[in-house]
Amino acid sequence: MAITVKKGKAQGIINAVQQASGMDLSVCFQCKKCSSGCPVSKLVKSPPSEIMRRLHLGAGDELLDSDILWMCVSCETCSARCPMGIDVAAVMDALRHLALEKGAAKKEGNVSLFNRAFLKTVQMFGRTYDIAMIAAYKVGSRKFMDDTEKFPSMLKKRKIALLPNLSGDRKTTKRIFKKAKERKEGAK
Amino acid sequence: MRYSYFPGCSAESTARDMHVSTLAVSKALGIELVEPKGWSCCGATAGHQTDHFLSVALPAASLAKAKDDGLDMVVSCAACYNRMKVANHAIRNSSEMRSDVEEALGQQYDGSVKVRHFLEMLIEDVGIEKIAGAAKYSLNGLKVACYYGCLLVRPNEVMKFDDPENPTLLDRLVTALGGEALDWPHKVECCGGGLSMSRTDVVVGLTDAVLQMAKASGAQCITVGCPMCQINLDMRQLDIRKQLSKSYDMPIVYITQLIGLCLGVSPQDLGFEKLMIPAETVVKVVSETVTTK
Repeated sequence: MAITVKKGKAQGIINAVQQASGMDLSVCFQCKKCSSGCPVSKLVKSPPSEIMRRLHLGAGDELLDSDILWMCVSCETCSARCPMGIDVAAVMDALRHLALEKGAAKKEGNVSLFNRAFLKTVQMFGRTYDIAMIAAYKVGSRKFMDDTEKFPSMLKKRKIALLPNLSGDRKTTKRIFKKAKERKEGAK
Repeated sequence: MRYSYFPGCSAESTARDMHVSTLAVSKALGIELVEPKGWSCCGATAGHQTDHFLSVALPAASLAKAKDDGLDMVVSCAACYNRMKVANHAIRNSSEMRSDVEEALGQQYDGSVKVRHFLEMLIEDVGIEKIAGAAKYSLNGLKVACYYGCLLVRPNEVMKFDDPENPTLLDRLVTALGGEALDWPHKVECCGGGLSMSRTDVVVGLTDAVLQMAKASGAQCITVGCPMCQINLDMRQLDIRKQLSKSYDMPIVYITQLIGLCLGVSPQDLGFEKLMIPAETVVKVVSETVTTK
């Protein structure tokens, strides 16, 4: 199937992706090994090799709506098998970061929502805190009933901690989040 | 032998069994583990999917504490292990990243703390012969599918854990303890990792494929070194039962639990009762060892 992209006035996002991932994407020759090994290839509209090709062809922000961004499991099989040494997984991370910056991730919400809930508890407590993370995620995703049947046995087995552990270095963690924010603002 | 030990957040929740079995095996083998005081979350998958700096600085905070203690670090969680090594790599390769990280940490950190997975340390510093020699029980021919997943072996240039397509570290341990490490093709396939809650559908599909292959290969259990592989393969069997009407009843045990059993640690002290799919068959096979010592 031929891969085509809409040509708009705006320049494509390949330069931004190359800069963020530190990868030269021009060396990709479409062997498709990344897509062959990708565990979610069959589930997504555009597998990794097609994302690479779309970037070559000058795709713009519409690429940030690709479903693979939030279905990619970050297993890095693509990077491990690329004969040209492209860290395809870093390209996926770069695309996710751009999508988050431009708000595109809101449409494909649950993974980025989970990531936000996860990192919020880290920012607050220095370590993850399951109950707060699960609550924030469930409220945001409205998936209230998912996995609830497992909670009683998980609580009994102490596989979910009821209280946050406060022995992590919260001060340093907070400074790290602050610096991350500053770096982002400085880059704009 | 004394090491800085990074348990990771899951050690306090879903992977208490990993944590207690790591501690029990260490105790039995005379290894001293010291947690870096005030260790904090590595950021895991959420960190690197969200922001590059977070993914480097969060692990670096705990690495810098290990450096203060003057100890090499061992990590039992494959995800934390991965993030620690990738962070070290990023700090060593970018002076800009290093200076920003140091500013956030409020201390110097050059990416130099040696990080190994608990299993690497066992093999390199203790040695397989010594572990096998200390065993009071045998795995008695237990058919084990050794599952490595992604985070131990990839990215290979940074992790350098083992062969990235056909790792054998777990297999060697299982074999030395008298088990049969199965030759099977899904050693480094992905379980879906951090998408367990946010895309359960994807995780159910991927774990089903791994479980199906393990079953077809004749496995009596799957052994893992990663808490995300463990919880996905273990807990999601309940969803597979409900959604796909397939019952694997496949115990998913940490390698440290298998080692611990052979060293004579009680199943309770190894967190066996915390597994969602009971592993009584595994405990039974080992307890039936006829000791010749």
